[in-house]
Amino acid sequence: MSNLPDVLTKEAAQQKTKAAKPSPRRRNRWGLVLRLLVAVLAVAFALFPIIWIISASFNPAGSLASQKLIPDNASLENYQTLLNDPIHPFLRWVVNSLKVSSITAILGVISIMLSAYSFSRFRFKGRRQLMLALLLIQVFPTLLMFVAIFYLFQQLGQYIPAMGLNQHAPLVLTYLGTQMGIQIWLMKGFFDSIPRDIDESALVDGASHWQIFWRLIFPLARPMIVIVALLVFIASYQEFVLASVLLKDKTQYTLMVGLYLFVSENFSNNWGVFAAGGLLGALPIVVLYQTLQDQIIGGLTAGAVKG
Amino acid sequence: MTVDVQRHRGSKGPLDALSNNLGRYVLVLLGLAVLDALGIWLLYRLLRDGAWPVALPILAILLLINVLNLSPKLFPVRWHIPAGAIVILIIIFPMVYTFYSAFTNYSDGHILSKQQSISRLEQDTYLPEGGTTYSWTAYRSPEGEFALWLVGPEGEDYLAMRDSFEDVEPGEGIVGPADEEGIPAELEGYQRLSRVEVIKFLPDLDGVKFGQPPDQVQVVNLNSVAPLVQRYTYNEERDAVIDQREDVVYYADEEVGFFISEEGEQLQPGYMVWNGLYNFQRLFSSSAFRGPFLRIFAWTITFAFLSVLTTFALGLLVAIAFNDPLVPGRKIIRSLLLIPYTLPGIIGVLIWRGLLNPHLGVIPLTLENWIGWAPPFYTHPMWAKVGILIINLWLGYPYMMLISSGALQAIPEDIYDAAAVDGANSWQQFWNITLPLLLVSVGPLLIASFVFNFNNFAVIYPFLEGRPPMAGTPTPAGHTDILISYTYRIAFEGGRGSDYAYAAAITIVIFVIVAVLTLIQYQFTRRWEEVSESV
Repeated sequence: MSNLPDVLTKEAAQQKTKAAKPSPRRRNRWGLVLRLLVAVLAVAFALFPIIWIISASFNPAGSLASQKLIPDNASLENYQTLLNDPIHPFLRWVVNSLKVSSITAILGVISIMLSAYSFSRFRFKGRRQLMLALLLIQVFPTLLMFVAIFYLFQQLGQYIPAMGLNQHAPLVLTYLGTQMGIQIWLMKGFFDSIPRDIDESALVDGASHWQIFWRLIFPLARPMIVIVALLVFIASYQEFVLASVLLKDKTQYTLMVGLYLFVSENFSNNWGVFAAGGLLGALPIVVLYQTLQDQIIGGLTAGAVKG
Repeated sequence: MTVDVQRHRGSKGPLDALSNNLGRYVLVLLGLAVLDALGIWLLYRLLRDGAWPVALPILAILLLINVLNLSPKLFPVRWHIPAGAIVILIIIFPMVYTFYSAFTNYSDGHILSKQQSISRLEQDTYLPEGGTTYSWTAYRSPEGEFALWLVGPEGEDYLAMRDSFEDVEPGEGIVGPADEEGIPAELEGYQRLSRVEVIKFLPDLDGVKFGQPPDQVQVVNLNSVAPLVQRYTYNEERDAVIDQREDVVYYADEEVGFFISEEGEQLQPGYMVWNGLYNFQRLFSSSAFRGPFLRIFAWTITFAFLSVLTTFALGLLVAIAFNDPLVPGRKIIRSLLLIPYTLPGIIGVLIWRGLLNPHLGVIPLTLENWIGWAPPFYTHPMWAKVGILIINLWLGYPYMMLISSGALQAIPEDIYDAAAVDGANSWQQFWNITLPLLLVSVGPLLIASFVFNFNNFAVIYPFLEGRPPMAGTPTPAGHTDILISYTYRIAFEGGRGSDYAYAAAITIVIFVIVAVLTLIQYQFTRRWEEVSESV
């Protein structure tokens, strides 16, 4: 998910579940050896940069020139430098990233759920057109519009300082805008899979739609809510371009923009510290993915198939 | 089925329902009133400053909230207020504005609206010759801030600080009681400076403006402080700005977005004006602009195509190798293979940037040891492109592996059995059965991946920021730039100045290409039919 839109993975998930039939084809020993060879090479390719970056992060020499696969005097020096570096406030960046991503996730989930509930439970004029528009809008990457988004917040900031450049609120709004459409579809699909008899009988008993939404649908949709929140969180955490357009001060940077800063300043001498920062920064996302891989894909499929 | 909203909401009894709804209604009205007051204040200020492009989405959002909350019939749509507001602000406005600004001169020096530019100019002040002067006493805070106590020719006194200019008496507010000369002995938080100290700090006071226009003063010499006068005034009838100091008239020129004097001098900052198709003319008919654009366009297509081809080829190869339950440790291997995919993309690219560093990177150094030569990944246009393709292959093949292994398992076995009976070998089976069938199901995803890579800024820019540079181009352009990174650099890279409007014009070209590609993709997937069915 790091470099492709969620919709693709969703479809991949759909395709993946369509069939899980082992192939009973004839095979020979050489075929298996060949397959293993491909596997080993592929894993080597996948891990090659990772191994080097891990090694660099423990290499106290710290520069690109002095790297070795197995560093002399391996130590945590780079990590210490990273955490105490006044020029590169790493912890601040992590906090900024966590703040922006979690606020985006929370606000995102709320607005996504509200829209999804309406699409799933009401029939109103223009409903289909709205849903189609939502899909259509997603076709154009927001990245293309960074000039306009930059202008928008440059102007708004003159009247509402918190909505200006170099602030986190505009970033949250931008992330919400870029991720909303597809996630509403996803959530709507899941809501559709919750039998309507439940809420219709509640309606007859005099419950309002708000009550049904909060007391019935919300608890039932909890697994999907977690997944959508995670997807929004991960996407916001990893985003780099819009953040670098909207944020100007080092202290306001998100982690990805901050790590990029290492590159623009004397990269080869900062290599070890960058390695430590990159590893620490990537760790939460990689761990999330690796442990929740099946749930994320499974959840996506559940929502999508019944949609 | 249609749900009648009115019938179902709070229907315990007619009276109960009424009082219940009334309370809620009043609350809603109150909330709307507060929101509208804030909104109208913002709109007023935006419109006063001529920033109407931003006022439009704000107005739209305000209307949306009001209408949806006040009309009971629109209750089902009310749920879309948060999402709707965000979509208007973040998606629809930028789209419309990008199209609009491509036809303007929006760029460094032309960022403000005309009104904003005028009010910026009106802030400018100068020290007139002659006129009243004040004698002064200086105070200094430990932080190095200065404050001045001024005494005018008629004995009137003022306190001038960085942001304020006040008519106060000794003993008021922060001002301490007066000494025998009528000058306060101290200011709260400030230390009065002696004559000698003033001389010491005189360089720091030089050119410092105290107070806000129109009440602004500046130190002239040891004995006097003089009020500053507004330098530029705007004359609406002549549509001109008049420089009071030099006595020059600058007329507004709506063609270029500057106030220009008869001698042709321009006043900074300029402002934004409509300039028709100028940006597109530059793009398509000026060879200096068209040259880099076409080369970058060609590389964008090549990059996207080769990225899809290489990632798909490797992904498929790995998927085929794994589509066999006999391979041991499939689950662990799959997890390991997914790592490049789960790592935040920018971090992956930056790691590779270090590994490919021509002087110090592991890969060039190793190659030099082995064969005595290493490709110049940073400096040679071709090798930089190869470097990018390698990085993108690493980032992208796990995804291709995921989708093709899913699709592979969906191909029925009996087709292979039939082919085997007919005497087809594995190679023939792959080319005549596996690949065509696979492409049917994976094809649309490949097009989507093409579109994605077409705009894959996150790989191109962090690697080399578009370098190595192309020679002699009027805009920043590099050999590894793709259209989107080229646009970004035109808009945000300093040096030659930001040309947002030209960037917007290129963005429109990208829009068109992406739209066409997406249309083709929809033709493939029949997505619209799917959509219609599920709605």
